[in-house]
Amino acid sequence: MRAGCGNRRRHDTHGPGRYRRGGRRDGCPVTGFLIRRIFQAIIVVIIVTVFTLLLVHLVPGGPIRALVGARASPEQIAYYNHLYGFDRPFYVQYWKWLSQLFHGNLGYSLKLNQSVASEIASKLPKTIVLVLLGTVVSLVFGIPLGIYQAVHRYTVGDYVLTGVSFVGYATPTFFIGILLVEWFSIHIHLFPAFAPQGDTVTAVLSQPRALVLPVIAYAFVLFALWSRFMRSSVMDNLVQDYVRTARAKGASERRVLWGHIFRNSVLTIVTLLGLELPVLVAGAIFIEVVFNYPGMGLAFYNAALADDFATLLGFTLIATLETIIGNLLADVGYAVLDPRVRYS
Amino acid sequence: MAMLTPPPDTPAAIPSPLEVPPDGDAGAGGLTAVEAAELGLAPAQKPRSLLRRGWEVFAENKLALVSVGVVVFMILFCFVGPLIYQTNQVNTNLADYLCHPSGSHLLGCNDVGYDQLGRLMVGGQTSLEVGFAAAFVAVLFGTLYGAASGFIGGATDSVLMRIVDAGLSIPYIMVVIILSVVFHPNTLIMIFIIASFYWLGVARLLRGETLTLRTREYVQAVKVVGGSGFRAVTRHVVPNSIGTIIVQGTFAVADSILILAGLGFLGLGVQPPATDWGSMLSNGLTYIQSGTDYWWLIYPPGLAIIVTCIAFNFIGDALRDAFETRLQRR
Repeated sequence: MRAGCGNRRRHDTHGPGRYRRGGRRDGCPVTGFLIRRIFQAIIVVIIVTVFTLLLVHLVPGGPIRALVGARASPEQIAYYNHLYGFDRPFYVQYWKWLSQLFHGNLGYSLKLNQSVASEIASKLPKTIVLVLLGTVVSLVFGIPLGIYQAVHRYTVGDYVLTGVSFVGYATPTFFIGILLVEWFSIHIHLFPAFAPQGDTVTAVLSQPRALVLPVIAYAFVLFALWSRFMRSSVMDNLVQDYVRTARAKGASERRVLWGHIFRNSVLTIVTLLGLELPVLVAGAIFIEVVFNYPGMGLAFYNAALADDFATLLGFTLIATLETIIGNLLADVGYAVLDPRVRYS
Repeated sequence: MAMLTPPPDTPAAIPSPLEVPPDGDAGAGGLTAVEAAELGLAPAQKPRSLLRRGWEVFAENKLALVSVGVVVFMILFCFVGPLIYQTNQVNTNLADYLCHPSGSHLLGCNDVGYDQLGRLMVGGQTSLEVGFAAAFVAVLFGTLYGAASGFIGGATDSVLMRIVDAGLSIPYIMVVIILSVVFHPNTLIMIFIIASFYWLGVARLLRGETLTLRTREYVQAVKVVGGSGFRAVTRHVVPNSIGTIIVQGTFAVADSILILAGLGFLGLGVQPPATDWGSMLSNGLTYIQSGTDYWWLIYPPGLAIIVTCIAFNFIGDALRDAFETRLQRR
């Protein structure tokens, strides 16, 4: 972290931060911020795990009822409650459950006759492929088009793209998927209507044609998000003093845009990527259901239909931990990348 | 038209530059507010001018006015429409299985013979009811929670906000899916399921707003004259955040409709015989994948969702501009 601090200070002498908030340069604030932020994240994790265990008890008739079925006798329920320790005080249950978690035991899905951890291990890589491809495609289109909109604001091109992103905001992900299927696999048989099937990542990647529609559908909503944020971020930066300074010093328009504004605006996206993880998860669930893509989203959906609470809760916990880590990385990344940020 | 816009009592916008200076003075003078607060007269004058100013900016935005028209049309279509275009949405009729659009069924029929146009109205009722009600519950609770947290501050604030952080880091879609699996919701329960996570974002926003408001003179003055914290929050902090609250409420309606549609699509939304636009789409997907072009199964509900949500988003954007302009002029 020390090295990072040194770098940043050198950066400061060119950066805009110097003129905006000169005073607080003592010590290395990122380290303190990092420790505090991690501490906060740990507290959030504890609250989330308590929530999750409470959800188990939310099931009508208790967690055992969901397991043994609606026709189980009270004696059977009492027996299993005792067997699984659900008759103990909440804090005892919590502690036992937590220590199991630390050993990588996320529960056991009786419906699938498989441990939740092994289910995640087999499904997560495929979902990561979809999410990564979709996110990269959306960024590749969203960032440049957002910049274009800001530079050529209030022109026809800007209005058209604004319209597209408003539609993107208002369209359910699954509906885009349905439309793509309707247009590209039913009317013209260009792409298959179903995502690649297969157990491994390589099997999925070996059918790129079948990946096209899911990835486009996944990327569309995200594209609206990035281009919209990029547009407003670039427009905010265009009127900053440092842009005027750069122009006054004779920097070319290209250098102003890519050397100064772009670097500052793209920071917004860094934070957003961390903060929008719940949106990425939601997208994955819907796209996987529409295209029958064999990832975690589809497994989660099947678990919901089968009342498989072990899977539902295990997946939720993992997705939540990913989100918390994502938020943490976004905050830290932002603090390291942006010399103006001084968290006190 | 007036029913959805913030100031119901304001007549059509008359651009009157003469009115700006006095309003500006009232807004800028912290003293006026303090005096008013001391006399217990605070709320009567100020929010009115604030809303009026907002309305003038809002009314200049043609897109927003059109959007208000669209929303009103959707409400009339769903709630008054069934009185004019009467269809049987109770008994299935297999003779009309997936019938094509015709004179007797303007948008054709679905897989159990329900008239699709009539279905659109019935489904829209659920979508709009849940959208409005969930937004209302979420914004109401989030506002009070966030304002209380920000106003009390200290350790209470930290604890309350960590709870919000925790809630926000659970992907919302998973929460609503699990709650739907647990409760098999009807319309009323669905409202609370959607509101149960949506309030978190509102709470965080309102807490931020409250942190800036609580240091203002007129809020401090409440303390000075011995007013309770409850009074300061409900009479001063919340009314002064009304812009944020209304804007959030508008976006919340659109988001709630989208989430309900998502749940409906997954088959976890409101349970049959009730339906909503998302459930209708889910039905449609089954049949278009069979290879035949049943366009009337997917385009009407899909477009209904998109058009309604775009309209609410436009209204929200216009409201934000309206309230921000007020802040800038001050």
